[in-house]
Amino acid sequence: MMRLKLESRAQNSAFWSYGSPVLALLLTVVIGVLLFIALGKDPMRGLQMFFWEPIRSGYALGELMVKATPLLIIALGLAVCFRSNVWNIGAEGQFVIGALAAGGVALLATKETSRWIVLAILMAGMFGGMAWASITAFLRDKFNANEILVSLMLVYVADLLLGYMVYGPLKDSNGFNFPQSKTFEAVTSIPRLMQGSRMSIGLLIAMAGAAGLWIFLFRTRAGFAQQVGGLAPAAARYAGFSSRSALWVAMLCSGAAAGLAGALEVAGPIGQLTPYVPAGYGFAAIIVAFVGRLHPVGMIFSAVLMSMFYIGGELAQSRLGLPKSITGVFQGLLLFSLLACDTLLAYKLVIKSSPSKSAVGGAA
Amino acid sequence: MIDLTPRLQLTSISKRYASVLANQDVSLTVLPGEIHALLGENGAGKSTLVKIIYGSVKPDVGTVSFNGSAAHVRNPQEARALGISMVFQHFSLFETLSVAENVWLGLDKHLTLAEVTQRISAKASEYGLDIDPSRPVHTLSVGEMQRVEIIRALLTNPQLLILDEPTSVLTPQAVEKLFVVLKKLSSEGCSILYISHKLHEIRELCTACTVLRAGKVTGHCNPQNESNASLSRMMIGAEPPALEHRAAKVGDVVLGVHQLTLPRVDQFGMNLNAVSLNAKAGEVVGIAGVSGNGQRELMYALSGEDTRADAAMVTLFGKEVGHLGPAQRRSLGVQFVPEERLGRGAVPSMGLAHNLMLTRNDAISKMGWIRTKDLAKQADGIIARFKVKASGAQATAKSLSGGNLQKFIVGREIDAQPKLFIVSQPTWGVDVGAAAQIRAEILALRDAGCAVLVVSEELDELFEISDRLHVMAKGQLSPSLKRADATVSLVGEWMSGLWPTAEALNSVASEVAA
Repeated sequence: MMRLKLESRAQNSAFWSYGSPVLALLLTVVIGVLLFIALGKDPMRGLQMFFWEPIRSGYALGELMVKATPLLIIALGLAVCFRSNVWNIGAEGQFVIGALAAGGVALLATKETSRWIVLAILMAGMFGGMAWASITAFLRDKFNANEILVSLMLVYVADLLLGYMVYGPLKDSNGFNFPQSKTFEAVTSIPRLMQGSRMSIGLLIAMAGAAGLWIFLFRTRAGFAQQVGGLAPAAARYAGFSSRSALWVAMLCSGAAAGLAGALEVAGPIGQLTPYVPAGYGFAAIIVAFVGRLHPVGMIFSAVLMSMFYIGGELAQSRLGLPKSITGVFQGLLLFSLLACDTLLAYKLVIKSSPSKSAVGGAA
Repeated sequence: MIDLTPRLQLTSISKRYASVLANQDVSLTVLPGEIHALLGENGAGKSTLVKIIYGSVKPDVGTVSFNGSAAHVRNPQEARALGISMVFQHFSLFETLSVAENVWLGLDKHLTLAEVTQRISAKASEYGLDIDPSRPVHTLSVGEMQRVEIIRALLTNPQLLILDEPTSVLTPQAVEKLFVVLKKLSSEGCSILYISHKLHEIRELCTACTVLRAGKVTGHCNPQNESNASLSRMMIGAEPPALEHRAAKVGDVVLGVHQLTLPRVDQFGMNLNAVSLNAKAGEVVGIAGVSGNGQRELMYALSGEDTRADAAMVTLFGKEVGHLGPAQRRSLGVQFVPEERLGRGAVPSMGLAHNLMLTRNDAISKMGWIRTKDLAKQADGIIARFKVKASGAQATAKSLSGGNLQKFIVGREIDAQPKLFIVSQPTWGVDVGAAAQIRAEILALRDAGCAVLVVSEELDELFEISDRLHVMAKGQLSPSLKRADATVSLVGEWMSGLWPTAEALNSVASEVAA
């Protein structure tokens, strides 16, 4: 008789820390294929939408980067949080408030305004996100309120605040009563990298952010202290690292990052404030952060992957007639597969055929 | 009435975990009415073997037979049904329930609480285990909780009673009482498997002994015919080197604690009540006591992890530091080794080199940059000097054995050349060889003029390295006792909180005057 058994490893497997995301992606693809078959669609066409179309041409690659940029920027900030054991689930709300603040500044511009207003827009976005995140940090710091709940609930408050502004004070008076602000002046738009693509300097900011995060985490004492608080709170206390400052640094970093992403979106691809600014990037970035193992380099890959899901979902909607929620299904599948595959980090799968035993899946 | 069928017989037991062979070809025979010692260092495989007997772990190879017939014990319930009972080192009692209710939970359901209460009282008086069944467990001392566990085990009328390190939580007087109970049980025909690493206890109590080293049996003997030295040779393969304890050259007061009073933080803590002590340069001050009597709270207050004390309650070189955090105290020359290594003294998932940065800033530039090469070099130095067995400076803290991690942490703190070195349970869970090395390093530090404060549960250890001793009980600290005046029975009495108060006042007064 054969049976499968999980046996704990003496040490976490180095192989599976890289292998697990790859296996999770494969599982996602397999389940995706089954899903397409169940929906009566050609699975090859379905996979083509998700994994080939987004990289087929230079333009498509550019679009891939346009979507990956905000995901990566938000995920970088979240990585600081999650590594410090601060569970900011409300990056979406910080993204919305950042977009709102940036939009407010952009609406001040006239045709004569200098191009430097872009800098002010980005700063406004960061401060907006930081302000929103600091509510969570304050409540946690002062009243020990659970940051998961507070930050998540504040997402809905932020959405309603955006709704109030675009239905009310910021509504375009010449907009046929549509709930949206007037279109921003051209001077406010985020500079693009090249002709014929919507890629903007946001991509450069994201890459610089990834490099900066790597240096902060692995080459500075402050980054070390930040992570000790997350990995072993008692050790942080023993060392004398302040858990309060770790909380504030984490929340302000991720708030600023999410707000910056919001600013880049409204002053970039969107170009005005509408109730449709929240696109779920703040939540998707949580998956990006974990699939990328909270590591700056890993998150670059996972941001691109998640961006593929966004674009593939849109294509599946327009070309295959599938509902748009297929994007969310794929994101969820990937996260669940990853969590399942991560079991292999600490355990190995053993096939027991009594009485003799043989082991598989025990690589490195 | 002599029955020669072995009560318990283990034949060629082997058990492998992921990377270690916990037991290898272990055979052992316990006769009826025998008190059989299972002796071995931490990690020698004693716990695994006992879990196999008690049914919570299945052996890979080998057989267990009980009263002459093969026993396939699949879980602790079956073990109890066979007549095997166990008293664990860590008690499994509900703090909020009474003694009787706790015992009731583990028994057959058909009994009423009144019947259980009556049975507890009967057993208690039969064996002199004085306990009130109606008391809530949280009001009991550790020794009394152990009595509850023993009564619970006895109520199942066991033929084999397993005790795992039962004396580690007891005062010497309570140990004596326990031994009387165990000898009475044995005279009635109950076999006892007694797990310990304390040689003198085994020689006093047991009539047979199986010694384990690295999962293998290294000897069977009658401990009453052996010496500490010969038992220790079987246990560790060598005798630990004797320590050289030179007379102390005492200097100025480094650490002063003045009437330190702190309310506990949580309900399982202990209030500190007017604790006063001092430590001078070039002396080792020991703090004895059963753990849970305020040592932990005192350590938090001294390390700076707890800064609720008034500034004046803790002084360093006469400077008031009660309000300073750990990093600020470190900059004044204090280095501290906490009793928990993983998670407090070291970050489990980080490499040894990075773990240096918890308490050391040598490889960090003024701007806060980490100089990774210097950091690795520093870690390699400590690994070499303290003979830490690790795959290198980047080995994660959790990949090291407890003893090796302790050597690294102690090394990290001693390497900083402190002026005051505070260490909690320096050799807890460390093998005998490493323990001797750590004690020698502590004495070397003292001879170099450092003030040392050692908190330990092991009296032998404190007698070996301390120049003066305090005893902690119920959140209070006894007056200081010179090592020459300290005896096991005196310190044991003090561990129950019974020290002469009038003399205490005099002694503290003369200390301050000195």
